[in-house]
Formats: sequence, structure tokens, C-alpha cells
Amino acid sequence: MVTVSFMPRGESSHFPPPFWPSRWSWENYYELLVRRYIDGAWFDYRVLPALWNSLFVAAASTLLGLLLTVPAGYAFAKLEFRGRAALLRALIGSLVIPGQVAMLPLFLMLKQVGLVNSYAGVILPSLAGIFAVLFVRQATLAIPDEMVDAARLDGASEIRIFVSIILPLLAPVTATLSLFMFLGSWNDFLWPLIVLADQHRFTLPVAIAGIGREHAADGELMMAAAVVTTLPVLTVFLALQRYYITGLLGGSVKG
Amino acid sequence: MTRQERTAWLFTAPVLTIIVLVFILPTLLALALSVTDYSVYALASWSNLSFIGLGNFTALLTTPLFWRALGNTLLFALFGVPMAVGTSLLAALLLNEATVRWKPLWRVALFAPYVTSVVATAVVWRYVLNTRYGLLNYALGAVGIGPVDWLGNPHTAIPAILLFVTWKIFGYNMIVFTAALAAVPADLMEAARLDGASAWERFRHVTLPAIGPTLLLAAVLSIAGFFQLFAEPYVMTMGGPSQSTVTVLYFMFNEGFQWWNLGLASAVALILFVLTLAVTLVQTRLGRRYEWL
Repeated sequence: MVTVSFMPRGESSHFPPPFWPSRWSWENYYELLVRRYIDGAWFDYRVLPALWNSLFVAAASTLLGLLLTVPAGYAFAKLEFRGRAALLRALIGSLVIPGQVAMLPLFLMLKQVGLVNSYAGVILPSLAGIFAVLFVRQATLAIPDEMVDAARLDGASEIRIFVSIILPLLAPVTATLSLFMFLGSWNDFLWPLIVLADQHRFTLPVAIAGIGREHAADGELMMAAAVVTTLPVLTVFLALQRYYITGLLGGSVKG
Repeated sequence: MTRQERTAWLFTAPVLTIIVLVFILPTLLALALSVTDYSVYALASWSNLSFIGLGNFTALLTTPLFWRALGNTLLFALFGVPMAVGTSLLAALLLNEATVRWKPLWRVALFAPYVTSVVATAVVWRYVLNTRYGLLNYALGAVGIGPVDWLGNPHTAIPAILLFVTWKIFGYNMIVFTAALAAVPADLMEAARLDGASAWERFRHVTLPAIGPTLLLAAVLSIAGFFQLFAEPYVMTMGGPSQSTVTVLYFMFNEGFQWWNLGLASAVALILFVLTLAVTLVQTRLGRRYEWL
């Protein structure tokens, strides 16, 4: 993938397929990220803006998602309140509903309130983190009750307990969860495809899919596009893979 | 209300509100939508909307493309699930062998496709599968098999996409299996070895019962995943050639957001949901019978 993306135009379609470019060339990246000259006019694929859009959408949905789900997960694990058990059952039960069922009406609802073709519309569904709440709850259960009770006896407020005792203990879990959220949002395709109409607001996968439709034959250009899309997430994943993999196991394998 | 209770509501109310607004309420609306003729006319004015009962469902029964999509999706699941679960179990077993070196490296390399975007990897695979200069045909050519038009032939398009999807989701199941294998009792394995059990017998009688629940979970999740296949055919083939890769979700997307037949599309979404639920229930039953759950 990487070598092909550096090949001069047309070289990858030779047979047998070359593994190495005859001449290392930046032209595909230049064309993809900056601009291209077609029929006497400069043309911009808007990949760089799409990259920023993706980054913004993923960062916003991760931050907001954490803000919403981490306290909720803690509350479900450690705070006594009426209706807790019933709500928890409802949350677990709703995991069986595939997200696509809600998609069509949600689109109509967003249209009613004027959020179609906005970043808010893209981000909103990702904030309904049922899985995240359950994930945080599971992790919080491992924290001994005595710690919370002791703090309560010392007169700490509930918010104070959460912020200065629970949050530090949940740091690794939060890191894992943010990685999940970030990658999930970065790679999401169907929903941004539905919600976003204006190509200035496209996220990266939507933009790349659009370019792919017109330039499927230009192997080198598309490979450069694949590199641009993959590289950031792969870097994040490789840097934090330990968190990711343990988090994966924490969420799925239960004896 | 106690202090604890107030805090609990402060912490849970925001996310619960959002879940209800963007998930529970739309799901209920989908039920309502599926019994109306919601289309582009209703999008313009609500007065064009009318209740048609099960009309959408009966209309679907006589839509050939819907049956085609359903058939394709079942084909994907039928071959894809054993392929995806089988290969990743095999890889996990291999990685579990003490003699394998560079384990973490293998694990990360095999897992990496799972975290990358479908769109980007599809681009790469479209190149690998290319008829004239793709690497796959080149490799096949080396063993004397002529070029195959993978994505252009209705008979090979599904296998080609299956290959891609298996490669993509492979890592996830592998990691889950690796963890399950670590829980296989070592003394039991040792005892079986001393009793002269073959590798297959050891797998069948020691490993399999221990990882049974995980295997079941992986199968259930994989089926749900294959039922929801959309981005792969969308990016790789646009549902073609001659509609051989149109999946149920693809059909729903087209009806809903291309032709704006949102009532009909909602009916499709509900059918998909019921199918997924049914398969899950059957599998749970099976699991219980064999005491896996």
C-alpha cells in the first residue's frame, strides 16, 4: 500500500504488479492533499479539510462521550438510587437493538430540528453510549466500597468523592474507553454518509469513498488516500494498543 | 431524596436522556414508520402520510431485490461466520503454542486491520483483487490459474468480499480467543497429554469445553456483524455486479436515503432486527443444551 502510493501515475497497473516504485514520487500526495490540474482548472479534493473534520468530530464525540458516560457508569456501580436495577436491566436489554433500526427515524427527527448536515447531527448518536456506561460500571465494581464509605464518613461531598477518589482510579479505564470512542468515531461510515450532504463537511471516510467512485482506476492516488486515512489511527492504536487490547477483553470475556 | 440519590440522578440523567432521545424513541418511531407509506411526498408535507398497516411488509414480499438482498446476506453469514471464527480460532491456537516466537508482534499485526477504516482498507483490497494487475490474480497465475474478475463476476464477488471481511475482523475474534485459551486448565491439558490423547482429542475434550462460551459469543457477534454488512459492498462493488452483493442493510440504505421510501426502509430495518434476534435466541438455546452458557 505504502509503496504503491509513491509510484508515478499508471505504474501500479503494469503486469506483473511491481512491488517497488521505479521512482519515488510525491505527486499522488500532492494531488490528493493539495490540488490537481484537470482540463485547465485547478481542482481540490478537500481531503485535508476532511481530515480536520474527522479529527474534530472524533475528538468532540470522545470528550463529550466520556463526560456523559463515566459519571453514569460510576453512579450505576456505587450510588444507591431508586430504579437503579430496573434502569440497568433496560440498558442491557437495549443492547440487542441494532443501531440501524433507529437510524431512519433519527434522521427525520434531526431534520425536524435542523441538525441534518451539521457536526452535531454526526456526533449526537455516538453519545448514547450504552456499552460505555456498562463498561465503566463493570470497572467501577472492582473498587472497594470501603474507600467510598470512608470518604463519606470524612465528610467529603459526593462530587468530591467522584472527582478525587474514583476518577484517578478509573484513569486506565477512561483511557481505554476514549480510545474505543475515538477509533469508533474516526472509522464510522454509514451515519456520516447519511447525515452529511455538504462536501465541505465530509469526514475522511465519506470523502475517500466519494473520490473512490470517480477515481477507482487511479490505483496510486487511491493508495495515497488509504495511507492518509489509515496512518493516524494506526499510530494511535500502536501507541496505545496495550490499553485497547485489555479493554477489549474486559468488555467481552466474562467467564 | 438523599444526597446520594441527587448525585446519582445528576450523573445518569444526561446520558439517559440522550439514549432515550437518539435511540429508544427513534426505535419506537421506526415501528410506527414501518406501517406508513412515508416517502418523499410525506417528507414535503405530513398531510401526504397515511397508515397502510402491513402494506410495506407485503410489498417487500413481492420485491425481488429484497429477496435477493436477504439471500445475499444469508450467504454472507453462512460462509462468513465459519470462515471468520474458524480462521481466527486457528490463529489463536497457533499463537498459543509455546514454540511460536514474536507473539506480541504477530498479535498486533493481525489485529491492526480491525482498527482501520473500512473505506481505506477496501481501497487496498480493490487493488489486490484487480483483474488485470491485482496481486491475488498474480499469485494465482503463478500456480497456473487464469485471471479471475473477482469483483466483476456475480459468482466471485461474494467470495471476494468475504475474503476482505474475514481479513478485516479476524483480529478481534483472535484476541478474544487468545484470552479464552489462557484460561484452559493447564493441569487438565497435561493429564490428557500423559494419557496419550492426540492433539485433536485434546482440542475436542479439553480446549473446546473450556472455550465453549467464548466460541458461542464470537459466533453470535459475528452473525450480527455479517447481518449488518454495509460499508464493504458499498465501497467495493456498489452492490454489483448484477446486484450480487446487495445486502439487507444496503437495500435499506438505498430505499431510505436514495429513494426516500422511509416507511419501507423502516420495515426492512425491523425485519433485520427480528432476524438477528431470532438467530441469537437459537444460539443461546443451543448453547444451553450443550451447557456452554
